[in-house]
Amino acid sequence: MKIKTWLTGLVAATLLTGGSAWADKTILNVSYDPTRELYQEFNAAFTKHWEEKTREKVAIKQSHGGSGKQARSVIDGLEADVVTLALANDIDAIAEKAKLLPGNWQKRLPHNSTPYTSTIVLLVRKGNPKNIKDWNDLARPGVSVITPNPKTSGGARWNYLAAWEYGKRTYGDDARAKEFVTKLYKNVPVLDSGARGSTTTFVERGIGDVFISWENEAFLAIRELGPEKFEIVAPSISVLAEPSVAVIDKVVDKKGTRQVAEAYLQHLYSEQGQEIAARNFYRPADARVAAKYASQFPSIKLFRIDEVFGGWKNAHKLHFADGGTFDQIYQK
Amino acid sequence: MTAIALPVSPLAHRARPTEEPVWVRWTLIGLAFTFLTLFLFVPLISVFYEALKKGWEVYIAAITEPDAVSAIQLTLTAAAIAVPLNLIFGIAAAWAIAKFEFLGKNLLTTLIDLPFSVSPVVSGLIYVLIFGLQGWLGPWLAEHDIKVIFAVPGIVLATIFVTVPFIARELIPLMQSQGTEEEEAAVVLGANGWQIFFRVTLPNVKWGLLYGTILCNARAMGEFGAVSVVSGHIRGSTNTLPLHVEILYNEYNFAAAFAVASLLAMLALVTLALKTIIESKNIQNDKGKNR
Repeated sequence: MKIKTWLTGLVAATLLTGGSAWADKTILNVSYDPTRELYQEFNAAFTKHWEEKTREKVAIKQSHGGSGKQARSVIDGLEADVVTLALANDIDAIAEKAKLLPGNWQKRLPHNSTPYTSTIVLLVRKGNPKNIKDWNDLARPGVSVITPNPKTSGGARWNYLAAWEYGKRTYGDDARAKEFVTKLYKNVPVLDSGARGSTTTFVERGIGDVFISWENEAFLAIRELGPEKFEIVAPSISVLAEPSVAVIDKVVDKKGTRQVAEAYLQHLYSEQGQEIAARNFYRPADARVAAKYASQFPSIKLFRIDEVFGGWKNAHKLHFADGGTFDQIYQK
Repeated sequence: MTAIALPVSPLAHRARPTEEPVWVRWTLIGLAFTFLTLFLFVPLISVFYEALKKGWEVYIAAITEPDAVSAIQLTLTAAAIAVPLNLIFGIAAAWAIAKFEFLGKNLLTTLIDLPFSVSPVVSGLIYVLIFGLQGWLGPWLAEHDIKVIFAVPGIVLATIFVTVPFIARELIPLMQSQGTEEEEAAVVLGANGWQIFFRVTLPNVKWGLLYGTILCNARAMGEFGAVSVVSGHIRGSTNTLPLHVEILYNEYNFAAAFAVASLLAMLALVTLALKTIIESKNIQNDKGKNR
């Protein structure tokens, strides 16, 4: 009996998988770790929207991983129609190293090709047993901090720069900031390769006192695993994280999917797309939707990378390239 | 090769210089069992426990969900291509190495071991360096619209690479220990090459061959590292079972992750059972021959 249900299910599922192959067009969205839930919901909405509009069935495939790693895969030939990565710099790398899209890609969509933003917050265990209030508490001896590896994870780079800027503003200059960040990273017991890996380390495996996390990832962990386990601490200052999206020209032109790929990204800016982003704890770019969901997000003083670090290229060269400040502090 | 059981003497209870005292034996056995329980049985049971924690419906839904089915199909496809190819290659290589003398024999033997000594991640990266868009063959492949990495061929290639040694490594010592006498006799009796191979060489190694095939298959289905590098992690098209487990786990979908993991665990158990059966037949076979 059980075997029979099992087999029926298997056959049905095979038919279903076959079903997606009947779609008129298939596009691949290569994304970073924490957007899984967002795009699951958004893809369903877009598929429906596109079919209503054009009578064309579109199947959207997803690939998730650390943002830097995902960019590397696209450079090595992973045929992404669109990329939705953690930071503009990763898409710049695709434009520079593989020339799959023009260098000015960021000008092609509104808000610098950033349909939603996020920030970095601190997730602590319920009751905040280590009494963590702000960035400086993370450098205290005896506090164990979880954050992914900035070499492979986009989110980790935002974390690093947020801590750096806090150090600079609090203690005066870059040298003191480096000292502060060094102390902070001495408190990191594991560097996972992606943001989601770190979340699992903190949430599931119970390692660490505080987790430097994407805001949406922190909310998600609380929603999935219960508010009785964790709470969010909003630091005094944090970074405005601007995950960017782009169509990969060479791929869509080859596959003939430009129209649907562009519509896909534009739909992220529609009211529906913005609502879905907000429901998944991303801060919507659209002012109206942002106002509607404002109460959901803690108010934090946010700075932009462009203002403070002179853009991602500079920040990357100074901090994350080989021999950058991260290598210097982590080798000690 | 086979251990010879010592005849049990009626004076066995008497302490002999070659035998450890009873307490030492029991302590050692106890230690081994505790270790195995802690590090093997408990994790194995916990996989099934976690998988079924939310009930049969959740379990069945998890393994019949389209992405899971596609992962199962891909894993089976990769194994179905990799194992037969390695079967042919393994027999050919073992035959050449064990029965003939030729230039570069040592080099070939070393090369067969390469996948064992290289980290799977590196084996994956090798393919990225060759077939990747920035690699040696990448631009040409892209021009002709041939996809190797981030598609099924890449996954099959990576699987073949990591499973190359299993069959050859199993057969080489076996064939070497058997020597070439039986083949020489066959030649004297007038058999041709193929007849010798199919009637003498192959039947002599059939149990070793089966054993190697089973190990090869287990690794082909379970490989994570190399496949992870070349997969591109596209759900529903380039995710194998082990990769699918990781994805589900990362999505807080623990019951489903363990459900899919339990499929792999069951595969391992079946492999283990087959291996044991074959080993016991193998021993009987040897005994029959020695008589």
